Amino acid sequence: MSEYFAPGHGACPGCGLTIAVRNTLEALEGKVFVSNSTGCLEIISSMYNRSAWGVPYIHSLFENAGAVAAGIEAALKALGRKDEGHVVVFAGDGATADIGIGTLSGMFDRNHDVLYICLDNEAYQNTGNQQSGLTPPGANTTTTPAGKIMPGKLGRKKDMVSIAVAHGIPYVASASVAFPMDIRRKVKRAVEFEGAKYIQIHCPCVTGWGIQGKDAVPLARLAVETALYPIVEFENGELVKVRKIKDRKPVEEYLKPQRRFRHLFRHPEGKKILEMIQKIADENAKRYNLDI
Amino acid sequence: MRKVVRGFYAIAHAVKLCKPNVICAYPITPQTEIVENLAAMHAEGELENCEYITAESEFGAASILVGASAAGARTFTATSSQGLILMSEVLYNAAGMRLPIVMVVANRALSAPLSIWNDHQDSMAMRDAGIIQVYVENNQEAHDLVPVAFRVAEDKRVMLPFMLCMDGFKLTHAYEPIELLEQEIIDAFLPPYDPPVKMTTKKPLTFGAYAPPPYYMEFRAIMHDAMERARKVIEEAMKEWSSITGRDYGGHTFTDYDEAEVAVVAMGSIVSMARDVAEEMRKEGKKVGVLKIRTFRPFPADEVRKALENVDKVIVLERALSLGSDGPLTLEVKSALYGTSKEIHTVVVGLGGRDVPRDLMVKIISEVYEGKVKPGFRFEGIHEYEEVIP
Ligand SMILES: Cc1ncc(C[n+]2csc(CCOP(=O)(O)OP(=O)(O)O)c2C)c(N)n1
Ligand SMILES: [Mg+2]
Repeated sequence: MSEYFAPGHGACPGCGLTIAVRNTLEALEGKVFVSNSTGCLEIISSMYNRSAWGVPYIHSLFENAGAVAAGIEAALKALGRKDEGHVVVFAGDGATADIGIGTLSGMFDRNHDVLYICLDNEAYQNTGNQQSGLTPPGANTTTTPAGKIMPGKLGRKKDMVSIAVAHGIPYVASASVAFPMDIRRKVKRAVEFEGAKYIQIHCPCVTGWGIQGKDAVPLARLAVETALYPIVEFENGELVKVRKIKDRKPVEEYLKPQRRFRHLFRHPEGKKILEMIQKIADENAKRYNLDI
Repeated sequence: MRKVVRGFYAIAHAVKLCKPNVICAYPITPQTEIVENLAAMHAEGELENCEYITAESEFGAASILVGASAAGARTFTATSSQGLILMSEVLYNAAGMRLPIVMVVANRALSAPLSIWNDHQDSMAMRDAGIIQVYVENNQEAHDLVPVAFRVAEDKRVMLPFMLCMDGFKLTHAYEPIELLEQEIIDAFLPPYDPPVKMTTKKPLTFGAYAPPPYYMEFRAIMHDAMERARKVIEEAMKEWSSITGRDYGGHTFTDYDEAEVAVVAMGSIVSMARDVAEEMRKEGKKVGVLKIRTFRPFPADEVRKALENVDKVIVLERALSLGSDGPLTLEVKSALYGTSKEIHTVVVGLGGRDVPRDLMVKIISEVYEGKVKPGFRFEGIHEYEEVIP
């Protein structure tokens, strides 16, 4: 078990966040300064007197983890302490794509030497599964509830990866807790670049998605195998690598086991939404040339 | 070295000599020239071991300083008005994390209606954040109190953010002859920042932990104690500073006359004119004095009570409102005077840059002195107005 992120934290069994965090910290051998946004990870790990963190850690607010990290980096630079470690952000999808996108964009724009990791569990899970910009279409959340006339979230999942690439930062990637070795490789690769880096890691949430702990990782794998979560890697704006898919699976295989999508299979609008989701997967496959 | 400079330069020059490690800000009138001057100094290589960052917003600027300060950097920012209240969530957080960020607020009104001109409504809105607040009367005081601000904020007995409040335009843009500080003086007065704890991989600590009900109250009580301790630390620092510079910054308040029957209580640049008018009235045999409040947080209630002990009537010049209650400064003064029976006038003047001409000051004080007005809350220097309720 990792000394950088101790056991005894309060995560649910099967929580994707802790897999992502442990693999990141171990890849960097604990030589990190962590800036964490308000959210599940913060709550399960940083109660006063019970901190799970074996690395220097700061939590300030929901929407400023990118800026706080920029400040740490600036301080280390000014004080001649850059070699002490890498500055890493762990932020939720809500913190990243919604409320904190301004401070994140500023950090990217100034190109601080910071690795920003978005832990994408596809909703505000800490506060009980409200929709975020990274919630996928069709998902039933408490603020996009499926009802007689509403079929869950209507809009698409915000393309944060492209938004990151558009900032011209040197390294951008997506990853999934289904592939921990890939997370480690990407983290190590990312910190070889001086400047801002963004990795978005798909992290199943057992309570929010309505799944069992044992199914979290297999489902994360299905998200990749259906092309709903394309695993991509950009260096200096160039797409350098994608995770190819052999025998791409229909999206239903990924959606059906999850309570957040269950209504799609009986709602009058459901078929339309399912078709739209399949179309998104097809587009992803085409755009990134995922199919073998 | 005596030089005629503008207020914003007086601040920037003093900040430079205090050797901050991270300066981060976002421009807003009338603060802009402070950070422009610092940016220029940075660009010229005059700021050593210092990162100058232009943030994407004041919210971002304050957040960047949270990270920088936690990592052990001496930090500075400046803002005004909308910028300050945009920072507010971060500033409450910084105070709670006991980060000694020093900031200058170029005081400006709050929107709506939009106004770029001076009053104190912005900093008053930050009253309860756990930030030390000191209001200056002129640019020499502003210049001199920058090193004092760093020293007090970073004192291990305090460890709280420090807000130096100066009237926007009236001071920030005014030309005044200033005795500009020298590096050696500041180096002798202000030790390098050496935080008791900081973010370092050598000794990993958790900052910004959350506190469930069994812990939260003690954190806040400890902050309250630190604010109380700051009283003495500010006094010590100002006394030492006075002995070094020969300029008297005796403490949290300043009284110009001990035998006043009517006292004007005020903060900021308006104090000068009030004092001038009072002095003239004294020449006519009228016993009028001025109590300047320099430190607003922690509020020097004992000093205020003592200074007003023998006064019959008090005029509080308010540069801010607490809509639906008395003026924010009056509330403090009344609380300090609890149990005494004095006539208290809350006189709101100069909101949104409304001029307070000398004649008006004479009128305000004379009418009270002569017993022509009833005590209580009123606006002065205001046009006749009527709200049309549809
Ligand atoms: C300014 C502000 N607004 C709202 C909240 C309430 N809040 C705390 S965490 C959170 C959701 C976090 O979602 P996300 O960033 O996706 O992280 P997760 O918990 O899902 O990992 C919300 C809405 C807050 N703390 N601060
Ligand atoms: Mg989330």
